[in-house]
Amino acid sequence: MMSAPFVSLAGSVQGVMLRVLVALVPAIAVHVWLYGPGVLIQLAVASAVALATEALMLKLRGSPVAPFLSDLSALVTAWLLALSLPSLAPWWLVAVGTAFAIAVAKHLYGGLGNNLFNPAMVGYCVLIISFPAHMTRWPAPVALPGPDLGWIEAAAFIFFGDLPAGAALDALTAATPLDVVKTQLAANRTLTEILGQPVGHAVPDGSVWLALAYAAGGLFLLQQRVITWHVPVAYLAALAVVAGLFHAADADRYAGPLFHLTYGASVIGAFFILTDPVSGPTTPIGKLLFAASAAALTYLIRVFGGYPDGVAFAVLIMNMAVPLIDAYTQLPVYGKKPPGSGGAP
Amino acid sequence: MRRLHRFHGGLKLEDHKAISTARPIEPLPLPSELVVPLAQHIGAAAKPLVSPGERVLKGQLIGLPEGYVSCGVHAPTSGRVLAVEPRRVPHPSGLSDLCVVIEPDGQERWVEREPIDYLNADPSEVRNRIRQAGLAGLGGAVFPSFIKLNPGANTVRTLVVNGAECEPYITCDDMLMRARAPDIVAGIEIARHLLGAIEVLIGIEDNKPEAIAAMRTAVQAGGHAFEIVPVPSIYPAGGEKQLLYTLTGLEVPSGKRPHDIGLACFNVGSLYALARAVLHGEPLISRITTITGNVDEPRNVEALIGTPVANLVAAGRPRPDTDAYVMGGPMMGFVLPGPDVPVVKATNCVIARSPALFPPLPAPMPCIRCGRCAEVCPARLAPMDLYAFAKSQNFGKAQEYSLFDCIECGCCSAVCPSHIPLVDYYRYAKSEIWARERERKAADLARRRHEFRLARLAREQQERARRLAEKTGGTSQASPDREAILAAIEQAKSRKARPAAETVEQGEVR
Repeated sequence: MMSAPFVSLAGSVQGVMLRVLVALVPAIAVHVWLYGPGVLIQLAVASAVALATEALMLKLRGSPVAPFLSDLSALVTAWLLALSLPSLAPWWLVAVGTAFAIAVAKHLYGGLGNNLFNPAMVGYCVLIISFPAHMTRWPAPVALPGPDLGWIEAAAFIFFGDLPAGAALDALTAATPLDVVKTQLAANRTLTEILGQPVGHAVPDGSVWLALAYAAGGLFLLQQRVITWHVPVAYLAALAVVAGLFHAADADRYAGPLFHLTYGASVIGAFFILTDPVSGPTTPIGKLLFAASAAALTYLIRVFGGYPDGVAFAVLIMNMAVPLIDAYTQLPVYGKKPPGSGGAP
Repeated sequence: MRRLHRFHGGLKLEDHKAISTARPIEPLPLPSELVVPLAQHIGAAAKPLVSPGERVLKGQLIGLPEGYVSCGVHAPTSGRVLAVEPRRVPHPSGLSDLCVVIEPDGQERWVEREPIDYLNADPSEVRNRIRQAGLAGLGGAVFPSFIKLNPGANTVRTLVVNGAECEPYITCDDMLMRARAPDIVAGIEIARHLLGAIEVLIGIEDNKPEAIAAMRTAVQAGGHAFEIVPVPSIYPAGGEKQLLYTLTGLEVPSGKRPHDIGLACFNVGSLYALARAVLHGEPLISRITTITGNVDEPRNVEALIGTPVANLVAAGRPRPDTDAYVMGGPMMGFVLPGPDVPVVKATNCVIARSPALFPPLPAPMPCIRCGRCAEVCPARLAPMDLYAFAKSQNFGKAQEYSLFDCIECGCCSAVCPSHIPLVDYYRYAKSEIWARERERKAADLARRRHEFRLARLAREQQERARRLAEKTGGTSQASPDREAILAAIEQAKSRKARPAAETVEQGEVR
């Protein structure tokens, strides 16, 4: 080093990304326990496609491949996307989503550090808009009766669409809780009816465990100072408040805060998606604003929109507002405190 | 207990201070040659008063302060002036500057030393003597002390004494406080008197318990009401603005000085020098410097200004793998262009550097906007944004985001996981902005000169024509040239009007 400071207390970008990957491990384990090994296959496909796309794009853009490929950022995108997709989705679905996320959402915007939008969520939205039917193939959780797919059966289904003898797709998959509630409410049933009956299929399923596993990973990221508390706290709190207000107004039509916090991508969103530093705000107040607004949007899209979950769209919409949020939430610079807020006159 | 205020950001750093505090301060042997730069303070360089061959006495004024922001330079020992010539000076650029080179005669013969009767003298006279004595801030910023001792129209209520010394490795202030606390306390009283301050707060980082104890004893022995305040060891606790905030909760407004909010801040080394100058008539010709890092015997020495760094570090016995010397601390210091450069008033520490001590960082990666830099920035800036603006040469935006409030403490660079040399980008942006400002001023000046010249030429031509007209018009009514002369006058008038119009247009285009 030729100029000060000569000391570094920092880890590396690779270290940051590695911590994110490690933090996802508990959730992956719960995923496998709940939905079978299909998710591991999805993770493998996504990782391979992500690394290949990243390498290709770096080469095309004339950047050095090795240092950027080893920064692990492509893997983080791949894993987050793979975990958002149904674990029995066909292999090409995750491949298309991942390739789009890396090639378009990341590299066409200038590569690591320059993307305006969260690449994993761009990939997810492209898929749910383009292939809505394939995006519903969530396997029935273990809690429900039905055939469980092992490694080989899952792989055969994901890669070739082959179902084990005697099994029907409908028996293997189940609608997600958010989906069930949405469809049933549309059929004029009350929440008490929907949630109180086992015919509600997947309600309740193992989502609580998944949410807890993501939260555990999130706490690890907090402890490691990879993320700050602002985004997860603001997001979960705002989601709970908005859900609570609607629930208080009409408990038969609007599920309570706990429902919205537990199901769907709320917790992974709070700790892993909205905390993406590149596409998120950098100021403390900005983070609070960003996350709280995303929570409100999540709720509105879930309840009034056309899609079962709203996290991905909420994130992308709020990504657009980040430059504005950052510009208007700068900390008062030392010696430039606004008058009346204490400090120097 | 005084309530302390926690400034934003900062870093907990390993201080590496214990290694250089094991031995007492020792004087260095006289080198065979002293190189005394004439610009050792912020502001204009001093004007040389000696010429080669001349004999000088220890403490003799060899550089006369020039301009307001300037102070005197003195011969560090008695001897003969070998040369007054540009030599390499301790500056990151490695450029040369005018120096007085002195060959010591080993006799250490002093000039006549005249203590200053500061209690009975006119304050401005005292400040002038302090200016002549070459006193400048020894914390590293070398701002002429007499200016800081002149509150002007402001009332300085609180004098803050900076004994925080927050950079790792540096222990010169710590050792000075341990060994010479009574002199520092005397210096504080002089500064307090000159400023008319009511309250004195002495801020010392809590990792210097011996210094705190020594200062406390000296304050009590002197019968003063100065308050010694241990401050948390969080870098940069010793930054002037940070220390003032920690102790008083007041922020110096951007672009203003502590005086403007009734504060003044002096480093302990500067106050020690003040006591020596006022009570003993000794100008600033030596300072305590830490020699540390990759050396076998880290220590503090009292070095004459002008001592080559090679002689200085020899006292610490640098190890063979030393590859460079850093002046200052590891957070804000810089690599010296070579061991031949002299110790100056700003030389608080020299760190022998080796690849093992300060390992090279991996190549920078792109900024991922993780925001760690903003978390640690004591000025509450947005370092990642400043970096983006500097990188894209968007200097206006960088200024809008308070680039010039950056104190270059290095916290942001130190925590950047992408290993981006952030501070370098800010220095670059600042220098570009200064350069453009200078260019703009130069262009303005050139334009005004050009306008003035055109106006002068037109006026002269007009006057010549009028004189001619008066001469000829007075003698002959029917001069054939008369019409020609009138036409020339008209022409001159219109020419005078035109340049003005052109400049207005230029001004609009600019």
